[in-house]
Amino acid sequence: MKTLPFLLEIGTEEIPDWMIQPALKHLGELFEGLLKDHKLDGKVSMLEATPRRLVLMAEGLPRRQPSSVELVTGPPKSAGESAAAGFARKLGVEPAALKTVRTPKGEYLAFKKKVQGRATLDILAAELPGLILKIYFPKTMYWTGKGGPRFIRPIRWIVALLGSRVVSFELAGVKSGNVTRGHRQLGKQKIRVTIGNYSSLLRSNFVMLPAWERRLTIQSQADYLFEARGVYVRPDAALLDTLTYLTEYPATLVGGFDEQFLNLPEEVLVTVMRHHQRYFSVYHPDETLAPYFMAVMNAPDDPEGLVRQGHERVLRARFNDASFFWNVDQQKRLDGRLPDLAHVTWQAQLGSYREKTDRVVALVKELGGSAHAQRAALLSKCDLTTGMVKEFTELQGVMGGLYARAQGEPEPVWRAVYEHYRPASMEDKIPSTREGCLVSLADRLDTLRGCFGIGLTPSGSKDPFGLRRAAQGVVKILVEGKLPLPLSKLLGENAELREFLLDRVRYYFRDVRGFKYDEVNAILAAGWDDLADVESRLAAIQAVRPTEHFEPLAASFKRIRNILRQAEFAEAGEVSEQLIEEGPERELYNAFRETSGRVRSGDLDYREKLAAIAGMRPVVDRFFDKVLVNAPDGSVRRNRLSLLGRLLAEFSVIADFSEIVTEGT
Amino acid sequence: MDSFQQVLFKLKSYWSERGCVIQEPYDVEVGAGTMCPETFLRVLGPKPYNVAYVQPSRRPADGRYAANPNRLYKHSQLQVILKPSPDDVMDLYLGSLEAIGIDLRKHDIKFEEDNWESPTLGAWGIGWQVMLDGLEITQFTYFQQCGGIDLDVVPAELTYGLERLTAFLQGAESVYDIEWAPQVTYGDVRLAEELQFSVYNFEMADVATLWRLFELHESECRRLLDAYPGYEHKHRFPVLAAYDQVLKCSHLFNLLDSRGAISVTERVGVIARVRKLAVGVAQAWIDQSSREAAA
Repeated sequence: MKTLPFLLEIGTEEIPDWMIQPALKHLGELFEGLLKDHKLDGKVSMLEATPRRLVLMAEGLPRRQPSSVELVTGPPKSAGESAAAGFARKLGVEPAALKTVRTPKGEYLAFKKKVQGRATLDILAAELPGLILKIYFPKTMYWTGKGGPRFIRPIRWIVALLGSRVVSFELAGVKSGNVTRGHRQLGKQKIRVTIGNYSSLLRSNFVMLPAWERRLTIQSQADYLFEARGVYVRPDAALLDTLTYLTEYPATLVGGFDEQFLNLPEEVLVTVMRHHQRYFSVYHPDETLAPYFMAVMNAPDDPEGLVRQGHERVLRARFNDASFFWNVDQQKRLDGRLPDLAHVTWQAQLGSYREKTDRVVALVKELGGSAHAQRAALLSKCDLTTGMVKEFTELQGVMGGLYARAQGEPEPVWRAVYEHYRPASMEDKIPSTREGCLVSLADRLDTLRGCFGIGLTPSGSKDPFGLRRAAQGVVKILVEGKLPLPLSKLLGENAELREFLLDRVRYYFRDVRGFKYDEVNAILAAGWDDLADVESRLAAIQAVRPTEHFEPLAASFKRIRNILRQAEFAEAGEVSEQLIEEGPERELYNAFRETSGRVRSGDLDYREKLAAIAGMRPVVDRFFDKVLVNAPDGSVRRNRLSLLGRLLAEFSVIADFSEIVTEGT
Repeated sequence: MDSFQQVLFKLKSYWSERGCVIQEPYDVEVGAGTMCPETFLRVLGPKPYNVAYVQPSRRPADGRYAANPNRLYKHSQLQVILKPSPDDVMDLYLGSLEAIGIDLRKHDIKFEEDNWESPTLGAWGIGWQVMLDGLEITQFTYFQQCGGIDLDVVPAELTYGLERLTAFLQGAESVYDIEWAPQVTYGDVRLAEELQFSVYNFEMADVATLWRLFELHESECRRLLDAYPGYEHKHRFPVLAAYDQVLKCSHLFNLLDSRGAISVTERVGVIARVRKLAVGVAQAWIDQSSREAAA
């Protein structure tokens, strides 16, 4: 049977760049769901988007749903002929066409009704309006008025074609059709399309539909810059992504700025260019900043240089502002700004940044921070009162570090201030020095304790104080900074906070570090007060797990746990040598004593300890094969349970083996 | 090259030709054109309204003693309200740029996400900042809520930064170099005002007096709002006068802020006080106009 291709283009006003890719993915899933729900073949063959359009193509759609047979059940056979005639009449068939079916309730009249499949065109026309409005966006709006449809931005046109036919429907006053629009300024605003010529007609109207092509256009022009001028554009994947979804027909331009601005810190210049103007920074081969920038415009070229001049003017004004702040801010020393922090609220119930600073300094001291670390903690929030940070908030911390350096603070101090907001994400680096790690840690712990203390806990997607990120930072710093600090002491008594942090610990080791979930559970069940130690134990279990004896032994430990639970045997007493039977029980006892001696001695690392424990598997197996734990003699039984209990307790210090998922359990 | 005033004339006649009432600036101090009753109150309720006006907007904290080439205590906004927003509102907007001589085919225009919100007015909307060759020239907003009330009809609000736009057109490096009229610069017209108000706003405004004024205007507004429910002939009740008091409070708040007299903690509380008044006025206005519509 001949199948049909399908095209859907949702034409909108400019969608925020960062929402486009997830929306497109969701559109694809919704459409595949629609096909499945209606028993239609076909698959999505293309998902593309620009700021003004979400586009889906599919292929292999049938003209109609397959026909099906539906069994319609009528009255019981015993109801007599007139009931049968009535049933047949309702169906519009002869009574002779009725069949009898057996059901648990007796014999019933029934009819096998052929149901003709609906036309795909009709199904799509009925379903697409609802499907489009189901696409998830983080924030939506009304545009036709209160109670009207909600979408990310107003929908202005819709192209919907199945083969050569329009899938006809109406949404928010927009009728679907076969007419698209080109680039806002450069293309035609009424373009009749078919599925076959859709992409190429868009292109000739200055819309480069495939995102990869827009991306490549930007990137290749960046590469060319190096050949032409000997300077290079530093790759910036996030910015490239933004610009790819902010343009329909991108091209780059290279502008310059006055070299005098290079006296400003590179961080300031790059932030202004990247965050405020969305420009790529340009560097010399020796990694120093060059007085150029690369901008991306939503147009193919700039023959008269008008666009370039415009961008250069804007950047000059921005740099002038930054330069003004840099000079004015330095008229007041950082430590002179401490009293001003009393007027900056951190959180209404938790007081000002001045108070937070005092707590952070005390905590850094408590964590064993040096005088430098304490000084850094004291200065860490002072930049919040500088003009530069008020203007460019993303420079908080960094500016404090730069001002501290300019004002002669020693390197361990200014660097710790500079880096104390790290890690900003799971991908970000932790502070590079111990001082920086301690300040960052203390700052986050103070935030967590304070917010949990007054019940400001994150719920669902709401996390206004960034507590998840704060907790993740704590975990990352403790592990990767190899700081052997006791979490129980750092977190205090708040059970909710402990649970919250444990969640982040799990997330970190599983999702960020890629450890198996049962290994993480096994290790955490044996304690997680020292996260650096958790990491060592995890690495050990990961290494030992593939060895021959490990998983069988883990299964045996689970068995021991069950035996003890069934026997309701809580306290393992001393094991009495006299009650031990020669043979497998004695062997197990000896192996236990010998292994626990080795495990307790400081000579082995975790891997070797786990290997030694795993090595007990043959004796454990033999014990269970030959020895009856539930011995008729009560004292012998208790002694055996004690032996197993001690074995379990002794060897669960590194990991709780019964958490390991093994085959057959 | 068009002077500042010619740019204003052209934009006004552009919007006038497209069915807008051309209003004059409101004569009470405001921080933005949105705060004028022509926007704040007219967007409420179902009645269509199209209006455009130039509104001098005062932001005391942005003053720079006339020493910064790009920042002003008082700048001019062209405020356009199209209620309901027409389907081709973006094309209409771009047409206005062409009307002042910007050849869009030769420039880089981007619409970057920027949702507008005013906690003081209990208002928010969805929209963009319009970037022309990297310069933010307009805030484009679809209002969703105003005075804490969901809007029946969604208006489009266009707010042009007129100094920036003209500086762009004239290639002026400093706002003070803009040619306002032939042979007259923006500096000639406004420099002294910028300097003097910076001195007043940052140094000489008397904090105690400002607080007293704030409280006077607040209680006057409160008094009126309290009187509304029991007032018999609703159509003649001075809701508009009550709203003037809200604007006074808002401006005094901004002045106190620039004097550094409001701590961050207090800030939230004072904003909430002004919002409460704004919400009260919006509700009275809705009530009053729905009675008129019914009558």
